[in-house]
Amino acid sequence: MANSGYERYSTKTMELFVNNFSEYDYVVAPSGSCVYHIRKHYDILKQTPEVQKIREKTLDICEFLVNHATTDALKSSFPYKVGLHQSCHGQRGLRFAKSSEVVGEPFSIVSQLLEKVEGIELIDLQRADECCGFGGTFAVAEEAVSVKMGKDRIQDHILNGAQVITGTDMSCLMHMEGIIRRRKLPLRIMHISEILNHTEQHEPSV
Amino acid sequence: MSHPSEAKKFVKNENRVNWHDQSLWHVREKRDKAVNLFPEWEQLREKASQIKSHSLSNLDYYLEEFEKNATANGIKVHWASDAIEHNEIVFNIFREHGVRRIVKSKSMLTEECHLNPFLEKHGVEVIDSDLGERIVQLAKETPSHIVMPAIHKKKIEIDELFQKHLHTRPSNGDENYLTAAAREHLRQKFMKADAALTGVNFGIAETGEFVVCTNEGNADMGVHLTPLHIASMGIEKIIPRYEDLGVFIRLLARSATGQHVTTYTSQFRKPREGAELHIILVDNGRTVQLGREKYRRSLHCIRCGACMNTCPVYRRSGGHSYQSVVPGPIGSILSPGIDMKKHASLPFASSLCGSCSDVCPVKIDIHKQLYSWRQDITREANEEPAKKFSMRFAGWLFTHPNLYKKAGKFGRKALKILPRWMIYNSLNAWGKQREIPEPPKQSFQEWYQQNRQKNG
Repeated sequence: MANSGYERYSTKTMELFVNNFSEYDYVVAPSGSCVYHIRKHYDILKQTPEVQKIREKTLDICEFLVNHATTDALKSSFPYKVGLHQSCHGQRGLRFAKSSEVVGEPFSIVSQLLEKVEGIELIDLQRADECCGFGGTFAVAEEAVSVKMGKDRIQDHILNGAQVITGTDMSCLMHMEGIIRRRKLPLRIMHISEILNHTEQHEPSV
Repeated sequence: MSHPSEAKKFVKNENRVNWHDQSLWHVREKRDKAVNLFPEWEQLREKASQIKSHSLSNLDYYLEEFEKNATANGIKVHWASDAIEHNEIVFNIFREHGVRRIVKSKSMLTEECHLNPFLEKHGVEVIDSDLGERIVQLAKETPSHIVMPAIHKKKIEIDELFQKHLHTRPSNGDENYLTAAAREHLRQKFMKADAALTGVNFGIAETGEFVVCTNEGNADMGVHLTPLHIASMGIEKIIPRYEDLGVFIRLLARSATGQHVTTYTSQFRKPREGAELHIILVDNGRTVQLGREKYRRSLHCIRCGACMNTCPVYRRSGGHSYQSVVPGPIGSILSPGIDMKKHASLPFASSLCGSCSDVCPVKIDIHKQLYSWRQDITREANEEPAKKFSMRFAGWLFTHPNLYKKAGKFGRKALKILPRWMIYNSLNAWGKQREIPEPPKQSFQEWYQQNRQKNG
């Protein structure tokens, strides 16, 4: 609603979210864009202590694992070639990684987590952090450009030998998976939590 | 006419889109190389942003200081509140001097004022002397990019255009031959011109001078050969001190093309002996934008075009799809300020990826302003009933958890049993080229209740 220009119709949903979650220490989400929305756009609500707490304590799962949990205990293994899709809202919005436009020391909390996974081979991409073209209702309103962006993003992963594309944002992954399935392309989409939760016991059908 | 429909036409030719995307990405990569050689790049951006904020907050003071110092230098200073006034000032000066032919150098501001058709109507021959602009002028098009106006044209198309207008021989897009032909053609125009018109990259209040940056030397060529130079400057181009210039010169070329500095960075302080030098300070909507606090920072723009090169939407939809003098991300926050209804689709022509804000050398928060314009436009300019209804409905549904659960259950079931044509049809823009996600057997909530809560 908000990204489509109807922020004003979303205040009740925001209030409901605050009511539902304000008693928890952390709210963890598998989606950088949702977290971004709560942190950056809940400024239109009255800033009660509950709202302020929610805005501070809502974290993406990667942030939570890196900054608030002991990630050394992750006993995951995933012996495949994986391409990481750096979702824009996490990357440039919440600064999970240095964006390629900015000058400075590179870092990425998401790669940092994936590197702990046994057997994983993270591939390099030509355009490390280009948008996949989802963008909420952009995916529908600008269907032609959105799909072209998605196709190009997937192509970069294929050309660099990825078997699996992973990422932190459900929505980007849904968009790319939709294109992959329609075009019957030879790679799979997995959310990062699926990879972090993966052990050799359950093999994916790659 | 909206961005999505124009973009759709452009995207149809996929090879061309790939070529356009690659050309611009190449410039973005050159930019990355250049800025990464510069460890203090981020501090420089911050400094530039602060200088701009300061100048804009004291715009009246610095403009008057500029006028005072420029006048003392012998420059004739004019003020234009809008495009019409600007064009009339230019034409009146030409009339006094009996000017029939002019050469113009790179000025998006004169594009903004639609100066060419105005002068042509009054019998003045206008030659755009920047090669890219000359190409689009011959093609009777508008620039599709503010730094590389003909970036959308392939060499072979330029070849054909030159054959038609400059009577060159077919050369299969031989760039050396075409450049030589263009040079020959333009030199003749420079020799015959009665006056030269340029844009302004920076106006310096402290010294009453202005700076024009080009890569072809075309501004200098025109200015040095004619006895009359008129410069058109948007009032936001003012910077306070001479020493501030270095900050912007270092940022501009690197961001625009990956060069360390533009080939020609010419400073004009006083008229040549026997020549006249005029400058027109143009508002044309800028003070209105200055008054809008949320959008004020859009006036920081130094017109480097980096946001266009980096924008994944611009690269795939082409500059003309924006139907605005300044296309791309920065145009999408400037143009609605001039005509909100006409440009209502532009703030939505973005995935809000934020690359434009990170690449911007003067730190304009472009993607945040795009978000803001969306809120303003749905409220004030662009009531799409279906969209409004669905957003209102979503807002209502999300606040009724039981109904939401039922709707989810219904949806999962429906997707499983409905025939494909009922799901994938012309009403479903998502499904034109993408599958919708496979419906899960149950929602997370249902799974949680079955598997976790009972153990809890």
